[in-house]
Amino acid sequence: MELLSNQLLMAAILGYLAAMLCYLAEYSFGGRSAVARAAVRAPRERELATVGGGADRATDVPDVPPVSPTPPSAAPLTPAAPLTAAAPPRDRAGVFGRIAVGLTVLAALLHAGVVVTRGLAADRVPWGNMYEFVLTLSFFGAVTWLVLVAWRPALRLIGLFVTLVTVLVLGFAGVVLYTDVAPLMPALNSYWLKIHVSAAALASGLLLIAFVPSGLYLIRAGYDRGKRRFPYSVGAKLPEAETLERLGFRLHAFAFPIWTLAIICGAIWAEAAWGRYWGWDPKEVWSFISWVAYAAYLHARATPSVKRMTATWFAVIAWGTMLVNLYVINFVAVGLHSYAQP
Amino acid sequence: MRAFRGFWRNLTSMRTALILLLLLAVAAIPGSLLPQKSVNIENVRGYLAAHPDLGPWLDRLWFFDVYSSPWFSAIYLVLFVSLVGCLVPRLRQHLGNLIAKPPRAPRRLDRLPHSRSGLTAGSPPAEVAAGVCERLRGQRWRTVAREQADGSVSVSAEKGYLKETGNLVFHFALLALLVGVAYGSWYGWHGNRLVVAGEEYGFCNTPQQYDESGLGERVGAADLPPFCVTLNDFHAEYNDHGQPLSYAADVSYAEGNAATQPDRIEVNSPLRLSGANVYLLGHGYAPILRYTDRYGVSQTKVVPFLIDDLQVLTSSGVAKFPDVNVDPSGKPSEGAPLEVAFTGVYLPTMSDQVDGRMSIFPAENNPRLQLTAYQGDLGLGSGAPQSVYDLDQRKIATGELRKVADSAALKPGEALTLPDGTRVEFLGTRQWITVSVRHDPGEPIVLGGAVALMLGLMVSLSGKRRRVWVRVEPSGDGRSLISLGGLARSEYPGFADEFARVVELAGADAPRPPVAVVPKEN
Repeated sequence: MELLSNQLLMAAILGYLAAMLCYLAEYSFGGRSAVARAAVRAPRERELATVGGGADRATDVPDVPPVSPTPPSAAPLTPAAPLTAAAPPRDRAGVFGRIAVGLTVLAALLHAGVVVTRGLAADRVPWGNMYEFVLTLSFFGAVTWLVLVAWRPALRLIGLFVTLVTVLVLGFAGVVLYTDVAPLMPALNSYWLKIHVSAAALASGLLLIAFVPSGLYLIRAGYDRGKRRFPYSVGAKLPEAETLERLGFRLHAFAFPIWTLAIICGAIWAEAAWGRYWGWDPKEVWSFISWVAYAAYLHARATPSVKRMTATWFAVIAWGTMLVNLYVINFVAVGLHSYAQP
Repeated sequence: MRAFRGFWRNLTSMRTALILLLLLAVAAIPGSLLPQKSVNIENVRGYLAAHPDLGPWLDRLWFFDVYSSPWFSAIYLVLFVSLVGCLVPRLRQHLGNLIAKPPRAPRRLDRLPHSRSGLTAGSPPAEVAAGVCERLRGQRWRTVAREQADGSVSVSAEKGYLKETGNLVFHFALLALLVGVAYGSWYGWHGNRLVVAGEEYGFCNTPQQYDESGLGERVGAADLPPFCVTLNDFHAEYNDHGQPLSYAADVSYAEGNAATQPDRIEVNSPLRLSGANVYLLGHGYAPILRYTDRYGVSQTKVVPFLIDDLQVLTSSGVAKFPDVNVDPSGKPSEGAPLEVAFTGVYLPTMSDQVDGRMSIFPAENNPRLQLTAYQGDLGLGSGAPQSVYDLDQRKIATGELRKVADSAALKPGEALTLPDGTRVEFLGTRQWITVSVRHDPGEPIVLGGAVALMLGLMVSLSGKRRRVWVRVEPSGDGRSLISLGGLARSEYPGFADEFARVVELAGADAPRPPVAVVPKEN
């Protein structure tokens, strides 16, 4: 079972890699009109966007022949139809994009297989060490992305960056963090493991995905201001800055309470295991730092006088602290969370 | 006064709060990189020894006490002052809003992000407005209808007050956390110690009986609740690779004058007494040594050995016998003192294959004890404090304490005979555990604060404050014209849908409109 889990990991990485190449193909072949413009329009209007060309949205709307009286929310929930209708048959980019999403789904299924077989091999929840934690975290990230793309197909192009990050994270996990299947150490043998670690993995996965549009927003916003050097050059084909920014905020706002919950559950567990709910263990310190940084982002975002660019930088810095917590602290600092060490 | 007001306005501004939040995050970093006194004092001593130049300066600047340092405290206290300064006016305003009626309709509803006009109804405005109000209230909108001079009625409705409520709850919960932490540090206490298995090695809850203890500022030694705990037995389970599966300590405890009760402490389930919890932190072995001196007098000691290798529990320690080889007849001994000590290395499972003595498994499958005997002056008479886990190296250096014999790897029951004919027997081992006894009365406050924080956060982030206005104007023929406007006051992408539903609601008794709703993007 352990062997199967490892082979599935290989397959999942290859799947994400293939998906990434397809996203890349879509990105390269897709002109600005096919991708970026479609992306900024509400799904309902996308049909117009490709057919009618560059007409301004504000003037389009009144001309719309009998618009369906269904509430607008119905449209985003059935995303595939308008998108496929929008893509003319010769739209190679769109074909690549749809293949890419299909491959991402496949890779995510394989990824789920990796986590499940790992748990079966160890005969426990697969959250006993850093390798397993990173597997779970990136799986939650991939699923979040798929949910997102089903909800807003226009954001499909960001998949390039999502799969890139996922491949990197999984590759690093497989090569550096890999740990043989082993039973839980007594300190981890608690039902809090299921609550605390799953909440932490889910929040980290969500924050990972939230980082992608926020980071891309900075690139796109820089591009809009006339910056053309790498990485701003990437911004040419990205969805509109405002769309990216709002998506980033909503993902962060969703993930932040889960991260808070993970910390609170960790504190309750720490009281039972170590006798104190908070002891400034290095892992605790950095969870606190990340929490404060994300809180700063949400506050900055809610303050009209703070520019969206400035606010988004807070989110990027906060993600940096998450990375420090996950990778640097596990390797460098010795603390009570050392079983997370590879 | 004006200067103060300006200062106060600056202090309570979001900009200041953001800067303080970032400062707090940055100030927390050194505590994760440098050893902390509150976490592990030994590591701090090690760091000071390794960095004789930098170390004392860091110490002077509280870098080994980051989280109780004046600069860290200053940041979070200013942050909390800023928070209170921001919260109190907001609380007052929110309470006002809860009582106040939704605001009047703007003159031009079509200028709002969401608007609709051209609906008609078959009854006069007052009647229509009453119906609209009722239906909106049914959907938990807070509504008020205002009649205008021109005979029209405008309905103002607002929803989503919970968002601000959640926001305030979240921030006040942060204050509760601070209060809980402070209360716990004043009225809490803790003690750590090592407990050897056996009736005679139990301990009672007084500061003197702890190896290390800390009492809160408002706690005296007499305030500690009376109880005693003894360790009866300790069980550790390992898999074939020596990885631990479970630890359990069977203990007996007696609170006050109550009868002795048995209980079991495990890693994630402490012994919870009234007024204190006992946590299992670590475990190890204590070899039992019997020394028989020149006069045939025997002494037995149980010596807890400290762990050198956590994986296989190779441990080492020192057994000191200061009052041996004393003539029972009371005649003073001549010459150098003949005190005896043994340093030892204990291997729970010695490998028979591998060269060199090493343990290969943490359980006692093939236990061996290797002893080195010293004789002479242990230096205990000088009154200077001495570690029970180490010999006085100065006495060895001066030759007052001499190494006299090395044993083979002794099995339980085997003995080592010293050159002077005295004997030390290795009788076996006992288990020991380290426990932490803790009481933190701030915990319920902190837990309550955390729950409130979580609830407030979820409500605050998911809530949406929004307003709609419905203007019903007389059309002249006893019928009414209805126009609507809507405004989402926070991030709310679904507001267009909700506004459409409100439009349907408002036009419920009007003929179905021929055109659909066109929401503007906000």
